[in-house]
Amino acid sequence: MKGSLSSPKDLNEYRKSIQSTKKKFEKVISVCGGTGCHAQNCVQVREEISRELDERLLSDKVMVKFTGCHGFCEMGPLVVIHPAGILYVKVSPSDAQRIIESSVVGDSVIDELLYKDVATGKNFEKEQDVPFYSKQKRLLLAMNGMIDPQNIEDYIAQEGYSALVKALFEMSPEEIIKEVEIAGLRGRGGAGFPTANKWKACRRARARDNIKYILCNADEGDPGAYMDRSLLEGNPHAVIEGMIIGAYAIGATEGFVYVRHEYPLAVENLLKALEQARQLGLLGDNILGSGFSFDIKVSVGGGAFVCGESTALMASIEGRIGEPRVKHIHTAEKGLYNRPTNLNNVETWANVPIIIREGAEAYARIGTEKSRGTKIFSLVGKVRNTGLVEVPMGITLREIIFDIGGGMANGKAFKAVQTGGPSGGCIPESMLDTPVDFERLTEVGSMMGSGGMIVMDESTCMVDIARYFVDFLCEESCGKCVPCREGLKQMRFILDDIVSGRATGKQLELLKELAEVVRDTSLCGLGQTAPNPVLSTIKYFEDEYHEHIEEKRCRAGVCRDLIEYQIDADKCTGCLRCKAQCPVGAVLGEKEKPHHIDLSKCEKCGICYEVCEFGAVLRK
Amino acid sequence: MVNLIIDGQHVQAEEGWTILETARYYGIDTIPTLCYREGLTTDSSCRLCVVEIISRGRSRLSASCSYPVQEGIEVRTNSRRVRQARKIIIELLLASCPNSKTLQCLASQYGIKELRFKVEDRGCILCGLCVRMCKEQMQAGAIGFFNRGVDRRVAMPFHVRSDVCRECGACLYICPVCELQCRGPREPGDLCNGCFEAIRIDPFPSRD
Repeated sequence: MKGSLSSPKDLNEYRKSIQSTKKKFEKVISVCGGTGCHAQNCVQVREEISRELDERLLSDKVMVKFTGCHGFCEMGPLVVIHPAGILYVKVSPSDAQRIIESSVVGDSVIDELLYKDVATGKNFEKEQDVPFYSKQKRLLLAMNGMIDPQNIEDYIAQEGYSALVKALFEMSPEEIIKEVEIAGLRGRGGAGFPTANKWKACRRARARDNIKYILCNADEGDPGAYMDRSLLEGNPHAVIEGMIIGAYAIGATEGFVYVRHEYPLAVENLLKALEQARQLGLLGDNILGSGFSFDIKVSVGGGAFVCGESTALMASIEGRIGEPRVKHIHTAEKGLYNRPTNLNNVETWANVPIIIREGAEAYARIGTEKSRGTKIFSLVGKVRNTGLVEVPMGITLREIIFDIGGGMANGKAFKAVQTGGPSGGCIPESMLDTPVDFERLTEVGSMMGSGGMIVMDESTCMVDIARYFVDFLCEESCGKCVPCREGLKQMRFILDDIVSGRATGKQLELLKELAEVVRDTSLCGLGQTAPNPVLSTIKYFEDEYHEHIEEKRCRAGVCRDLIEYQIDADKCTGCLRCKAQCPVGAVLGEKEKPHHIDLSKCEKCGICYEVCEFGAVLRK
Repeated sequence: MVNLIIDGQHVQAEEGWTILETARYYGIDTIPTLCYREGLTTDSSCRLCVVEIISRGRSRLSASCSYPVQEGIEVRTNSRRVRQARKIIIELLLASCPNSKTLQCLASQYGIKELRFKVEDRGCILCGLCVRMCKEQMQAGAIGFFNRGVDRRVAMPFHVRSDVCRECGACLYICPVCELQCRGPREPGDLCNGCFEAIRIDPFPSRD
């Protein structure tokens, strides 16, 4: 790699030289190295492809890139061959040979490895034509598929750090803040606070020793959410560039990225990216000869959910217990080490270079009037195409779930979608045409949150879901304030009673009363939003609560204390399959004679129900 | 000076005063506190001192012990919404510390006739007064919090008697619950309501 760059001209020349070297390669094979694909053995896929190229002496003509997450996690490992843009899904290491043979040496396509739409049976050859991608607007994620996160040259070749040059040499700090304001950027961490207002407050704040901090919140902890993780893993330089621009606008001298230790690849890629940026003079003293100095440190957290709260995060960086404090004095004035501090989420920072490079007007054209730009969601649960999707604000939930997500997996009926993580709410089918933006999601009793989107079908019990989230928050509450610590515990007791059929109607009233007090009186955002799953499920699915309480019935067949398994003697063929699988020996009977279940032994695990091919096991 | 309204009275406060300080300065004594004590830092953890704050046409509940006064806000220290929230908080605290006299008296004052939550007696409400007293006034720091969430407890490091503890007893002195147990209830979860019967009038009539 090159030594330090001391002016924008140096950077430009360096970019040109990288681009011309890259032109030598006729084809680029991009192998997804996201966490999802890692679990599907993508490392070996890449090794096999590289080995195959070496053997055919193609290494100087064809480049293999191990990139960050492409997003289509359901279909991993993914391999894309550029410039044609051919997408191969579910690639196994043994496919490497024929991929090289037909699509790299030759120009044909392997039909079996293409993405096939289940509904229409149609094959899609190119990445951009696949419905999962074609309906998205991938401002941030597009680069994930093109760059090797461990190589800064890739990012620079894609016009990386050109926004930084524009900001440092052509704009004043006020102009940058103005630009972010016109773009209408709002915090992507969940609350949706206008980023420009935050920056203004921090710029205005007086620092006693001229030290201000900017922080990046990468303490993503929602179950089922991995947007920030994938951005940090796949494109750390976008976050770094955003932070440098933000630091210049605010007048900060030092930055921290607070990332949880459960994200080892993100930490590794980030540290490498910082080191490379420092070597090139893009970080540190006198950045690109502009006279502006700024550096970023990485603070690895222990993984407590509450440390995503701004004051708890700052306490944790300082080495104190990660507990929130009251924020009547804003962190923009007294934050980390009691100095003016600005905290933004990973995705917010990654948006900044795009706004500066492409211009605020262009950015503001995307989205709705009050929520501009795009938002990344991690679409998970009972949906066919799980993965990371980036959509323009204002798109409806139905489009995300049914067009991009491909509808429900296993052909079951849609029941609800949970947005905003454990503090969000469950939205029923009747509200699926709600446009996704900060205001509308709050209106329907949920929230944007950091971008988790969990799709549920008819086999999900809404009371059980509420109980699951309350349980999660109970474990993750710091325990400082009474409503959150004691209130969530009591909410869990009541929900436990409901799912086991012991509850009374009075307890449901108490649950509502308690949930409202916890929401109104808790100290920090965790407690204030913790009752959302309970309140929203009561609002939209109150019937299910009443069924559990009055009829002692769980319609989804999830709550163990309310269901019973029986064998229909007419349908049972006596195949012994359920008997062999039952872990507690509760299924009795002989070969070719109808079986029956000893209810005193039955643990209600449902294995017999799952394995029976004749529909003879009944769940009541 | 900052001008604001507390329970219908127009009052003036010094910049930097909290709502609680201002209310008490003016003799408005309807805000109960547990984790707040003059001379110690403010933790705002018990949330018993919540008041309704109306500003720019919006009403919300906030802990008065740490909320600095602001020009033009209206504060209601004893509205129905406030009393309802405090009631639940007292009930929650009683469920974790059923025989505390302080809490039993508060329950009487707030007309709590039955304890609707599951009782798990821990003998401590985790207000943290002892921890702050030991550290801030006695300059010792012999005790602190450990664990998180529902498992949070006050203890000495590693549960071993600390060398810095001088057995001064300040932690016992300041504790709102390790006092003589309330004589009233027999079983954990029973409510005494003795004061309620004796007083017979609502000491904090609602101003709604």
